[in-house]
Amino acid sequence: MSAHDNPPVHSHEHGHEHGHGHHAHDDHGGAAHGTRKGYWTGFILSVLLTAPAFALVMTGVIADARITAGIVTALAAVQIIVHMVYFLHMNSKSENGWTLLALIFTVIIVVIAIAGSLWVMYNMNVNMMPGMHAEMTSGGM
Amino acid sequence: MATTTPTAAAGEPPAYYDLDEHPHPPGGSTMLGFWLYLMSDCLIFAMLFAAYGVYGGSLAGGPGPRELFDLPLVAINTTMLLLSSITYGFAMIATDEKRQSAVLGWLGVTALFGLAFLAIELYEFSHLIHEGAGPQRSAFLSAFFTLVGTHGLHVTFGLIWLAVLVVQVMRRGLIADNVRRLQCLSMFWHFLDVVWIGVFTFVYLLGVLR
Repeated sequence: MSAHDNPPVHSHEHGHEHGHGHHAHDDHGGAAHGTRKGYWTGFILSVLLTAPAFALVMTGVIADARITAGIVTALAAVQIIVHMVYFLHMNSKSENGWTLLALIFTVIIVVIAIAGSLWVMYNMNVNMMPGMHAEMTSGGM
Repeated sequence: MATTTPTAAAGEPPAYYDLDEHPHPPGGSTMLGFWLYLMSDCLIFAMLFAAYGVYGGSLAGGPGPRELFDLPLVAINTTMLLLSSITYGFAMIATDEKRQSAVLGWLGVTALFGLAFLAIELYEFSHLIHEGAGPQRSAFLSAFFTLVGTHGLHVTFGLIWLAVLVVQVMRRGLIADNVRRLQCLSMFWHFLDVVWIGVFTFVYLLGVLR
């Protein structure tokens, strides 16, 4: 990662004291300034979100697999947000909001790519699988 | 780095860009750059997830997720990665507090959990291949090995990076450059844990339910 290896510079800590005006790189600029409490909160929340997901699938308490799948997916979505906030320290202020903007852009692309692939390929399979002509005539999408 | 605002001195037309070189501290934009790298990495994983989603049901008469996946093993693996995430967090707190030996200790613990994760994953892979469920068996298994294997490769490179950083910190201490590198690896490591949430949910849990 360290693309350019600068000789050790001791004169500055994080780049607080360069005259860049009101914005730029203050303590909330980068990443990884968590607190012990924050990491513990994230960890406990993660355990509380992971364990039920595994338990639901392994025990099969809920007979309907679709309901289980929905709950498991929801738990994963919440856990991703928990990790983003407590471990990756996402907030709207870091790097003047550029990290959040990049994240939103990425999420949009990811959703389009995954949902689009599944949608297109599902319909292609439904309409082009051999032996599906009977269903096709009855108006498959 | 276009974070400048137009500055209109009296009488002069406003300048919309910096004419003069102004000081940039070394590494001042590294964090944002590394975050952008992680986002592009996210896109790689999105494509692999999409491929798995499309091919997940294409078994070619071979074994499916329900027969192959060993959920207790995946649960242990998930625990390893989650524990390594919080121990790396403690390493970062020790970094903020400038306690070098604590940093090295927590990095060592993180490496152990990371190695345990990799060992369990390699055991799972070899077990699958031994059962005749290798990547060439079906489109489902090709997509599975590509997705989970890519994540495993990321963890491998994260561990190599971590080992290099341990040497750096031991030799040169917690200088600004090393702190910045530790922060980058922190983002990388936690990012891999986020991707793993997607893997254990969509590949393993939903695969068994399917």
